[in-house]
Amino acid sequence: MTVDPTETSVSEDTNNDSTAKAPQIEKSEGKVATETAKSAATIKLSAESLIREFESSQEKTDLPEIYVGDTVRVGVRISEGNKERVQPYEGVVISKRHGGLNETITVRRIFQGIGVERIFMLHSPQVASIKVERRGKVRRAKLFYLRERVGKATRVKQRFDR
Amino acid sequence: MAIGILGKKLGMSQLFDDKGRAVPVTLIEAGPCRITQLKSKSIDGYSSVQIGFGDTREKLINKPSIGHLSKSGEVLLRHLREYRVEALDGLELGNPVTVGNFEAGQKVDVSGDTMGRGFSGYQKRHGFSRGPMTHGSKNHREPGSTGAGTTPGRIYPGKRMAGRYGGKKVTTRGLTILRVDSERNLLVVKGSVPGKPGALLNIRPAKVVGSQSLKGGSK
Repeated sequence: MTVDPTETSVSEDTNNDSTAKAPQIEKSEGKVATETAKSAATIKLSAESLIREFESSQEKTDLPEIYVGDTVRVGVRISEGNKERVQPYEGVVISKRHGGLNETITVRRIFQGIGVERIFMLHSPQVASIKVERRGKVRRAKLFYLRERVGKATRVKQRFDR
Repeated sequence: MAIGILGKKLGMSQLFDDKGRAVPVTLIEAGPCRITQLKSKSIDGYSSVQIGFGDTREKLINKPSIGHLSKSGEVLLRHLREYRVEALDGLELGNPVTVGNFEAGQKVDVSGDTMGRGFSGYQKRHGFSRGPMTHGSKNHREPGSTGAGTTPGRIYPGKRMAGRYGGKKVTTRGLTILRVDSERNLLVVKGSVPGKPGALLNIRPAKVVGSQSLKGGSK
């Protein structure tokens, strides 16, 4: 992890306030702080922070908190010819992968007696909306065991504390 | 021929396009470069533009280089590259070269050094298939036969063998620029480019070759 230069200078300033015992040390620390503050203005952003900035500009900010086991309703943008409409897709979140811009969820539902799993990139513009319908109580991070189950056994217990 | 630009590979990311597809992209911090020398036909026998990129310290470069760089500006530069041009009109010593020369949608060629893989074996370097790992086999990662016997009695030149792999200059051609950020000197290019993050890259407008160059002509 590289630390943003501005952040370091701020933390050093706070250090000065808390450890204001020896005046000599304080002076030297203050010098370092001003120097880093100066360089922060001229220094270019690090590669990592530039990429983070590039990605965070694409991320959605209004996403609800989704846990594995939740039942969610995803509005999927579908374009037919020139028309565009939003189709809902509802099911249980059986897995979450990646983080940040690449975060995906796998949503499983039984459609006409056949299990269907769709993977959604949460930050994709194709995902128009996402709503948590029901919170599930599960003890696993991946609910792949649901694939082997049929009927009543596929139910996920509801939890009310989230 | 247009002038290219030098840059630093920052790393890869992704971008959602207008249809919502996730597109893999490479972020390149390109420039700002400076024109360090103009070569003209009358003096050098050909006309070209030399640009420099990357700050450095006086201690790290030799005195002749300092003398050369001080003709065009005060900041010392680490990397120099030359681009052949037809005419030197509008180009002046010390002028900046920025990402503003490029625009979104433009095709570019990006060259740089590939990741060095050291002394690599047959599988990694040439994609040979592996021998069986079990059932008494001792032929795991060996090359197999390298040629016939007494005739010709030698291995033909160019036989693919183990050796140094990577760390060579490679050009990835025809990449599309998706975004240009003049404020941060960023180029967002679709696809991958040679080298690790931090590697020096040479980005120039795509060279159109073959039958297409006869039709449209290179830009």
